[in-house]
Amino acid sequence: MKAIIIDDEPLARSIVKEYLQNYPQIELMKECNDGFEGIKAIQQESPDVIFLDVQMPKINGFEMLELVEQPPAVIFTTAFDEYAIKAFESHAVDYLLKPFSKERFDKAIQKLLDQGGAQVSKTNTKELLETVSQSPAQHLRVVVKTAGKIKIIPVEEINYLEAADDYVKIHTREGSFLKNKTMSHFEQVLDSHQFVRTHRSYILNIQQVTRIDPYEKDSHIAQLKSGARIPVSKTGYVKLKSVLGL
Amino acid sequence: MNLQLLACCWMVSNIFRFYLPQKELYWYILFLSLFLSGLILPGIRLTVKPFLTGDDNAETYLAFLSKSYWVRFGVSFLLIGCMTIISVLWYTLEEEQENQKRKSDAERLAKEAELYKLRQQLQPHFLFNSLNSISALVGSQPAEARKMIQQLSDFLRGTLKKEEQQWVKLEEELQSLELYLEIEKVRFGYRLTTDIEKEEACNDMKLPPMLLQPIVENAIKFGLYDTTDAVTIHIKASVLNNHLQIMVQNPYDPETSYPKQGTGFGLNSVKRRLYLLFARNDLLETKTEDHLFTIFIKIPQKK
Repeated sequence: MKAIIIDDEPLARSIVKEYLQNYPQIELMKECNDGFEGIKAIQQESPDVIFLDVQMPKINGFEMLELVEQPPAVIFTTAFDEYAIKAFESHAVDYLLKPFSKERFDKAIQKLLDQGGAQVSKTNTKELLETVSQSPAQHLRVVVKTAGKIKIIPVEEINYLEAADDYVKIHTREGSFLKNKTMSHFEQVLDSHQFVRTHRSYILNIQQVTRIDPYEKDSHIAQLKSGARIPVSKTGYVKLKSVLGL
Repeated sequence: MNLQLLACCWMVSNIFRFYLPQKELYWYILFLSLFLSGLILPGIRLTVKPFLTGDDNAETYLAFLSKSYWVRFGVSFLLIGCMTIISVLWYTLEEEQENQKRKSDAERLAKEAELYKLRQQLQPHFLFNSLNSISALVGSQPAEARKMIQQLSDFLRGTLKKEEQQWVKLEEELQSLELYLEIEKVRFGYRLTTDIEKEEACNDMKLPPMLLQPIVENAIKFGLYDTTDAVTIHIKASVLNNHLQIMVQNPYDPETSYPKQGTGFGLNSVKRRLYLLFARNDLLETKTEDHLFTIFIKIPQKK
């Protein structure tokens, strides 16, 4: 079994490394300082399990996981995180609250081994991500991968979102980016006072709206500062009016 | 009979000590005075009568009493009326003062509680992560672990004992900050370095305890979590027009920075605290340029 530790604190990594020495069947492939190194290491080594810190430079543990195509089983190691605890209790392979004891660590590893390989754990991780990224603390920015680089978009820079098959196209001043999520996911995580789903395929930032014109029967068109024209359905128009206080 | 009048006045004042009429009930005062005046005169007659028997003088006196009835009624009424009004005014005033005092007490308590809370906002992350580092050191470098426990205890003790009123010398505050930074350096290793400077003239200047702590925490948070490189935090204390000025600077990345940087909770709490202490909003300033985020904080010096 292959493992990777991703944590920005060297001592925090060393304790996991120390505890892992009792498990010859788990081979530590790499230690990573941050999420970027983590993504690279996961691609190169395709580990079965990662020990992942949440608070890390630039992108946090959750954001890193979102950018990994096939996330391995995850054991979170975090100091204190209310929303994380809640989410983990139902879905993660395990979460270890720093500082954790050897016994607690052993229990986590046992759980991992009992689950018999990565297959089960992977679905776990996916469910976990869904739950966690829906917590209100997560909606201040969106992390996307574009041309091999990682881009962090603060939500206020989003003009509008557009459905595109299995992806959502995020339109900003600097261009548009694809994110492997659903429209309803964004509808849930974004602040509903700022973002309105005006159409099955569109969510728009109301700060960007300059005018709303009638269009065909029952539908409208919203004009954005960027010049884009966004369809507004009948129900979307009702929602938009209530958010704008009309 | 004068005694009875006195007793009446005393009664009135007592009534109003416990019962204050509402504004629209002031006719009640008038009525009460009239009623008591009416009551007191026959009362006097009754009490005086037994002492005056079979005397000529007594006859004349009783006649005099009957004749002067309305005059005496008027005097009694005026006297009791005055007493009533004085009592009402006096107790109203007293109640008002008590209300005022209660209000200012409540405000003071609320302010103290808020200040206390603002001082206490030590990040729990910091404590748990430090303990985790110690846990890691215990196995490999026990001496280092012991040193870190010592530093952490000293730091925590320092944060516990400080009262808002007791300003501390800059020296002391910087020592506490250095303790904190030493602990953080153990956690982050080579990634964190600090540079603390202070002008000679600042040595005797004072500031409220733990004021700089959240600012430095903020600098570490945004410095270290905003870049994957090594980070230097600069702290500089200087004198500016009888103010102690402290600058805290950390690198940041405008491209990927968390949105609304610099309005984080840490800085807001410092702003709020400065406002509560000095009733001024201009004591904390921030500046962003060349990938550097700088905070200037000015502390007026007590004369």
